[in-house]
Amino acid sequence: MNDEAITLTPQQLIRKRAAGEPVEPGAPPQAQQHIINVLLENSMGALIRVVNMFSARGFNIDSVTVGVTDDPTVSRMCIVTRGNDRVISQIIRQLNRLVDTIEVDDVTGTDFVERELCMIKVRCTGDKRSEVLQINEIFRGRVVDVTRDILALEIVGPTRKVDAFVNLMRMHGIEEVARSGRVAMQRAPQPTRGEI
Amino acid sequence: MSSTSTAAAVAETPQRLRGRDAVQQHIGKKMSGAEIFLHALEAEDARVVFGHPGGAVIHVYDEMARVKPNFQHVLVRHEQGGTHAAEGYAKATGQVGTVLVTSGPGATNTVTGIADAFMDSVPIVVFTGQVPMPLIGNDAFQETDTLGVTRSITKHNYLVRAPDEIPRIVHEAYHLARTGRPGPVVVDLPKDVLMAEGVFQFDEEIRMRGYSVPDECDEIRLRRAVRMLEKSQRPLLYVGGGTINSNAAEVLTEFARHLNIPVTTSLHGLGAFPEDDPLSLGMLGMHGMWWANQAVQHADLIIAVGARFDDRVTGMVDRWAPHAAVIHIEIDKSCISKNIYADLAFNADVKSVLERLRPLVNPKKVKRWLNKIQDWRDECPLTYADDGELRPQYVLERLRAKSGGDAVVCTDVGQNQMWAAQYLKFTQPRSHITSGGLGTMGFSLPAALGAGFGMRAYGIDKTVISINGDGGFMMNAQELAVASAHGIPLKVVIMNNNFLGMVRQWQELFHENRFSHTDLTDTNPDFVQLARASRCVALRANRPDQVEDVIEKAWEINDRPVVMEFRVVKEEMVFPMVPAGKSSDEMITSRHAPETFV
Ligand SMILES: Cc1ncc(C[n+]2csc(CCOP(=O)(O)OP(=O)(O)O)c2C)c(N)n1
Ligand SMILES: [Mg+2]
Repeated sequence: MNDEAITLTPQQLIRKRAAGEPVEPGAPPQAQQHIINVLLENSMGALIRVVNMFSARGFNIDSVTVGVTDDPTVSRMCIVTRGNDRVISQIIRQLNRLVDTIEVDDVTGTDFVERELCMIKVRCTGDKRSEVLQINEIFRGRVVDVTRDILALEIVGPTRKVDAFVNLMRMHGIEEVARSGRVAMQRAPQPTRGEI
Repeated sequence: MSSTSTAAAVAETPQRLRGRDAVQQHIGKKMSGAEIFLHALEAEDARVVFGHPGGAVIHVYDEMARVKPNFQHVLVRHEQGGTHAAEGYAKATGQVGTVLVTSGPGATNTVTGIADAFMDSVPIVVFTGQVPMPLIGNDAFQETDTLGVTRSITKHNYLVRAPDEIPRIVHEAYHLARTGRPGPVVVDLPKDVLMAEGVFQFDEEIRMRGYSVPDECDEIRLRRAVRMLEKSQRPLLYVGGGTINSNAAEVLTEFARHLNIPVTTSLHGLGAFPEDDPLSLGMLGMHGMWWANQAVQHADLIIAVGARFDDRVTGMVDRWAPHAAVIHIEIDKSCISKNIYADLAFNADVKSVLERLRPLVNPKKVKRWLNKIQDWRDECPLTYADDGELRPQYVLERLRAKSGGDAVVCTDVGQNQMWAAQYLKFTQPRSHITSGGLGTMGFSLPAALGAGFGMRAYGIDKTVISINGDGGFMMNAQELAVASAHGIPLKVVIMNNNFLGMVRQWQELFHENRFSHTDLTDTNPDFVQLARASRCVALRANRPDQVEDVIEKAWEINDRPVVMEFRVVKEEMVFPMVPAGKSSDEMITSRHAPETFV
């Protein structure tokens, strides 16, 4: 196809920019990771509908968590997904379209805190064990179970920190890893000086 | 979020009041889940139920015989036919269509119709029987995970867990089907819930915190729209089926005439703007008018009204309307900027936006633009050969002349559908009913059946015509017997080209004439005999000079369906055509000019 050779009209440029598509010919497609929080009816059907929508429409899911909120009739999902601006806005609109979703919030680009919990079993004895415990210390992890040759550790932090920890443990012989997936929460807005 | 009208604010139409009055006497009474269900349907003023019994819903049918609810039950002969009938009923009347089937195969047979209604925004509610709750998940006899199967093809679906829940869920189901962007809702009814005793209650209020109908139409948007319109020199209205769903055809027509802006419609938009108006460009897209697509490609402003930029409309999206800013008026937010970016969007009801915009805009002086479009019309008019052979376009022109446009036409899928869209010149909303999004062969006949019952239920005096291909007709031919059993006077047309014509067309154009499995010459039944066996009047035309006579005879019959078989030439093609995936300015205009006409 020699479509690229055709110069774009101003209107076509507007459309490409709005979609977050590259304007220069041959430029790679752009996709950003987004963290989307969803409040939905606390029912099995609601959860499946959300997940099913992602698969039916060919959207990505990097991770998904779900749990009940302070209101037992409402659960909260945190979905990590990726796509260009057009895809992300489609995801949000398709989520909103579902009857069971109460609120959809893309926290990406806002001021938010994110955490992931990871439990990891490492096979280690003797010197290796103290080395593992040292790393665990540095990462502010906790020992949750000990046997003669296995240490079970728990660490909590932003996904990047968990990734780094798992990578370091790799050379010590990981037996098992369980990660929760990310949860994220927007920070409360800081009061401006005038408001205090 | 901007202002949204709460879902609870349901307009009290006479129908709904009629429904509520009918059930007053039952409120607070103890009865079976099955009877509660019947009264819940009465409360929604469901006048016709298209259904088929079976084990899981046998108690509902039993109560129907005992209680005699105030709706008519129509026994269809295949559940797929039932769903399409409900669609035809809904599209012809603007009311919600209702289907009742048993579990397992009954439910799976409705899947095509549900998917069809989902794609085409048709308000239907499908009630499916289910095995008793304790058996769910046990691979019980006639068990299907109906919720799972229909999840991605419904606006919403429900499993009822107790008889007392039935009225609320039924009420929500009709509300969801009807409001916002309409669509199908499935309600799964386990047998033990239907058998158990409960109390009938009816609460008008809808409490769904996750659902509301959007109304994003503020001063700022309206003023921007006015400015964009004032600036534009080549404006175009692109009108879709959402306009008809919103009952906005009249408002739109007045709007376009006031502004003096040309109008093109999608397949589902046909009838939203009268095609005999000089401002009408007819249909756009793959088999749309060449001049309509030219107008799109040259427009500097497109106002999309209740339309979703389907790929059959746009062809290659990157090349569609390259100079046009887009204003999109659309109730479903997920359709906005999905395929074509909207420079300005009104996520709101079409009618209410047009009504608010209308007093703010002044007539456009776009003589040069309209002249340009006229030149395109003259350059490449819609034609077919006049050579003594029986051609489908001629049949359609004669049908149009007879019905005067004052008919409800249901079309099937394939060439017959596209010729009907091109040649029938629709002038009224709800006069053209077709399967556009899913493209379901076998849609037309049962949809016409449903439309016929709709005409009867609401006292509308209009002829219902069903246009079919010889292939598609066979996919739901069983419903003929239902039409004749109830004396529904359908005018059923079979355009018999002895081919799966549309596939044949692609095979000729893009697959070097390898007509693989599309020739039906030796496998088609004798349609006249088939029709007579179903107690219909049957007529046949082989030559153009017989057409008039057949149509005249058919229109004399008013107590029964009439089947008219027209033996048309098999090689006829639908032109013009944008090949799939090509740009709208690459239309093929005739068999002899496959090198595109730009
Ligand atoms: C259920 C279903 N199966 C297959 C198709 C693919 N298809 C589209 S048009 C067509 C040919 C239809 O033939 P016919 O009904 O004779 O209509 P014609 O095109 O000849 O007017 C086919 C097979 C479809 N749209 N629907
Ligand atoms: Mg055919």
